[in-house]
Amino acid sequence: MKVSGRAIIFGDNVNTDVIIPSKYLTSLDPNELAKHAMEGIDPSFPSRAKSGVIIVAGRNFGCGSSREQAPIALKYSGVKCVVAESFARIFYRNAINIGLPVLESPGIRGLVNEGDTLTVILDEGKIINESKNIIVKANRLPNFILEIIMDGGLIEHLIKTMRGERYEV
Amino acid sequence: MKPMAGMTISEKILAAASGKDYVRPGEIVDARVDMAMVNEITGPLAIQTFKRIGLKNVWDNQRIVLVLDHQVPADSVKSAELHKIMREFAKEQNIPFLYDVGDGGICHQIMVERGHVRPGELIVGADSHTCTYGALGAFATGIGSTEMAAVFATGKLWLKVPSTIRINVTGRFSDFVTPKDLILDVIGRVGADGAIYKAVEFTGPTISEMDISGRLTLCNMTVEMGAKTGIIEPDEKVIQYVRERTNRPFKIFRSDEDANYERTLEFNVDNLEPMVACPHSVDNVKPVKEVEGVEINQAFLGSCTNGRLEDLELAARILRGRRVKKGVRMLVTPASSEVYLKALEMGILEVFVRAGACICNPTCGACFGGHMGLLAAGEICISSSNRNFVGRMGSPEAQIYLASPATVAASAVEGKITDPRRFLGGA
Ligand code: SF4
Repeated sequence: MKVSGRAIIFGDNVNTDVIIPSKYLTSLDPNELAKHAMEGIDPSFPSRAKSGVIIVAGRNFGCGSSREQAPIALKYSGVKCVVAESFARIFYRNAINIGLPVLESPGIRGLVNEGDTLTVILDEGKIINESKNIIVKANRLPNFILEIIMDGGLIEHLIKTMRGERYEV
Repeated sequence: MKPMAGMTISEKILAAASGKDYVRPGEIVDARVDMAMVNEITGPLAIQTFKRIGLKNVWDNQRIVLVLDHQVPADSVKSAELHKIMREFAKEQNIPFLYDVGDGGICHQIMVERGHVRPGELIVGADSHTCTYGALGAFATGIGSTEMAAVFATGKLWLKVPSTIRINVTGRFSDFVTPKDLILDVIGRVGADGAIYKAVEFTGPTISEMDISGRLTLCNMTVEMGAKTGIIEPDEKVIQYVRERTNRPFKIFRSDEDANYERTLEFNVDNLEPMVACPHSVDNVKPVKEVEGVEINQAFLGSCTNGRLEDLELAARILRGRRVKKGVRMLVTPASSEVYLKALEMGILEVFVRAGACICNPTCGACFGGHMGLLAAGEICISSSNRNFVGRMGSPEAQIYLASPATVAASAVEGKITDPRRFLGGA
């Protein structure tokens, strides 16, 4: 599974309150949430992300609350994948569960500039920086997590499993 | 398989929950969940998603707790709709544990206070501060709405067994220095990402001495250093606390002598001072005395970190017979209706009213910047809650300092950040 897009760079400890501020949490509409993605750091983010982007961030991306609205807002704003030095664990799980690919790649921040074109090969745990012509290794996701992402999220995965199309949760 | 080394309490609970004798850090287990909690911010999404799975009934309606706490009473039609989804789900699934406006409070306080948390259990909540319940010897961790829907359907969840960081605490707290100051000190030293994916276990004589409320404060804030859970071995105090609240049987797990800790950090509280987390990150921690004098606009006493009776009592010791500084507003939200009632009966609420503080209903309230107590641009708040992120309590141009209930009260009286020890001996 492969995704491509231009890189948008963020720093360390980007928290869920800035990814999607609390006041929008009363909405259950992903497209509405997407309009406010990253509003706490960069209100222009949704217009920049529209064409399909890859977020490259520092340590502890997505720290803070358990709000799943955070990865949802990112996914629907056009984020194809988040690559970070490390993730906060609930964000990480949430992203996988809603089918937003996330990849840990220690050292990635130093190897990508804003606007670089990246291709992420998830099943190989590899990031290709097309603009710089380099290949960066990432921590490959375990198979059952890849399956969840490829099925489009945990629920789709669960439904398939329950129907017997897969035998293991 | 024969164990190579002993296990920590966290490993033992996860082993038991997944039907194994032995687990090791890094192992992924498929675990049975004992209790699952959602609030009205995360619940409706979980409910909507559960319906998409197409099952008629949840796996066990006696093991699900629904709490309305973040925006109560409803402040908008949108919130009211979310509340309605929660109520209808409880009815349709015959879930007895719905805590509604007037009969509830902050989800984490409700979970421990109403006997939904027992030692040795695996508890998941769709809220990051679910880690609070480790204070009662459970393994409790926050999850998202979609996986909660899967838990509603199957009662199971995959979890990676975390390695454990031990925090061993010795010494005695000075007066007006509290477990909140300790956990701020810990987070300041460990860092906001210092315990990602880990369990944080508190041990040592200071923890044994500490009351349940203080232990809840410690475990509550472990997520602010990235931890999967905070946990403390259950002792007699815990067993008594739990027995008073539930008849359900439970099992006590304790860490083995030779348990494998990733590292142990030693803290001594003899000389600990009141601490404060400065804007805009929880690990930007300093002694209060270094920021004394910063003028404040709002003082907030409440939240799942410090909205319990012990916290209100402590603040009342400072506020009794005094007034909140003119030009400053102080908001008090007792963490639950039980806390509210006890504080009322003890005359504590009267102390606050006489001091000119505003007492709000039990709710997350100002902590979350959702529906009340919001800050305007340029305003400064001192808060007993757990997060000081940009925009957390309203305007992204506001600033939040996190401190103990004593420091919040002292600062409210002075109108500027103040070391509460200035009020020792009835100054
Ligand atoms: S009081 Fe604050 S931290 Fe606690 S559950 Fe409510 S919003 Fe979250």
